[in-house]
Amino acid sequence: MRRWIAPSAVVWLLIGAAYFLIPLVATLLFSLKGNQTGECCTLGNYGEILHDPQFWKNIKISFILALETIVISLVLLVPTVYWVNLKLPRLRPVIGFFALVPFVVPPIILVVGLLDFYQGSPRWFYAEPYGFLVAAYVILAFPYIYFALDAGFRAIDIHTLTEASQSLGAGWPTTLARVIVPNIKGAALAGALLTLAIVMGEYTIASLASFDTFPVYIQYVNQTKAYPAAALTLLSFGITWAAMVAIVFGLRGRGQAQVGGAH
Amino acid sequence: MPLAWIGLLPFLLYALLFLLLPAGQVLVGAFQGLEGGFTLDNIRELFNEPYRTAFKNSIEVSLVTALVGGLLGFLIAYSAIRDGTPRWLRGTLTTFSGVAANFAGIPLAFAFIATLGTIGIVTQFMTDQLGINPYDHGFSLFSKTGVELTYLYFQIPLMILVISPAIDGLRREWREAAASLGASAWQFWWHVGIPILMPSLLGAMILLFGNSFAAYATAYGLTGGGVSLVPITIGYLLSGDVLDNPHLGQALAVGMFVVLAVMVLVYLPLQRRASRWAR
Repeated sequence: MRRWIAPSAVVWLLIGAAYFLIPLVATLLFSLKGNQTGECCTLGNYGEILHDPQFWKNIKISFILALETIVISLVLLVPTVYWVNLKLPRLRPVIGFFALVPFVVPPIILVVGLLDFYQGSPRWFYAEPYGFLVAAYVILAFPYIYFALDAGFRAIDIHTLTEASQSLGAGWPTTLARVIVPNIKGAALAGALLTLAIVMGEYTIASLASFDTFPVYIQYVNQTKAYPAAALTLLSFGITWAAMVAIVFGLRGRGQAQVGGAH
Repeated sequence: MPLAWIGLLPFLLYALLFLLLPAGQVLVGAFQGLEGGFTLDNIRELFNEPYRTAFKNSIEVSLVTALVGGLLGFLIAYSAIRDGTPRWLRGTLTTFSGVAANFAGIPLAFAFIATLGTIGIVTQFMTDQLGINPYDHGFSLFSKTGVELTYLYFQIPLMILVISPAIDGLRREWREAAASLGASAWQFWWHVGIPILMPSLLGAMILLFGNSFAAYATAYGLTGGGVSLVPITIGYLLSGDVLDNPHLGQALAVGMFVVLAVMVLVYLPLQRRASRWAR
């Protein structure tokens, strides 16, 4: 057993740190440059973004989309994963297989299919982000929420909990809402926060289906105003960061790993 | 309980409506001619320019970022986990990897533009302080190399997240046993460490390949479509400046689907093999 850190470990960790911190520091420096002059240092770019009504409008749309996606995903998946683990354990691999499908059908393929398949469907669905986009985002979020919930359900003894609840006279809805859900809150929260980060950053489907979401606004600013775009990039990084840190602190000690999002 | 499967209906119905049927539509459409009816013309078109180059570029970028990202991710993860490294470094690295693996798309593209674009901070620093403007020496962020450099920002953290549990599975007793039999560090890695980790390493790199192969937003934000990749080409056809053959986009999507499906089929048995040593 080594007492001190190995020299080669120091080298690799430093290389990693440099590669990951330099773009962030550069974006920070870039964001502090004056919009007209390109000189350091001003907070004017942050002010410009925060005073743009379009910023608030789009971030609100994306946030509502994320909440809607989280609610639908949890309502759909919590009972399903519970039921599979309780009554149909042999079908677990089937649902697990479904969870891999979004990997083979990434957003760029999904949007081709959805646009074509739902062309001519009612306007309240096809022309509304709260319909069309949410339907797609639930599919994108599915693997993350499923794996988080499945780990959560396997960590508790659902058979005993269910039997105890029912022997006290509770029906299925009461058992689910008052016994099962409180026990998998952590797993559900992890899946929800990951979904929040994914939806707040999803560009492919939103832009190709012509919806005005937060990432679409970021791309618009990127193309029109270089220095405020840097400020906006850091704000968006902050959102991802906050979601991930919340997951880590929410799950401290539960040993939960999660994997990348929609690029 | 013969009726228990009814509990799965809501979920299956949702998956059918918003995943399986639309995906099926893509699959069918790819084999349809302009007047309907079965044809292989759209698929044949994939082997002509510019689509052939798009596939070649996409596969090249994915291979490079999977190999480089996989190697660097493994070395960084191992450095953080091995004996002697303070424990807090590991926790920090995991949190940071979780953020960075999800920090992708448009903001990531702009972070690199602010760093290595023509007026980026690092570009200016190199020009002013070191007297070397990388753009005078053949470098461009808005090229295939630039896309690869940027993709590594989410590929390396993904590798760290995926490979860390496998590295945890390398038991200290194996290393001690090898050492007590007189093996050097290299011999340990060559005869024990690498063979045990190989299925996990390959599986993780396949995941990285697919991750990069399917990426659209980052490349679009970076180059605006200047580098020909399959997802970029699909996006271009979809946004419909050209009233071309609508089935061509579907054929490209099927091409991507086939590559990704092969990846998953290779990945699954590797993962099963990798879990053999799991504690």
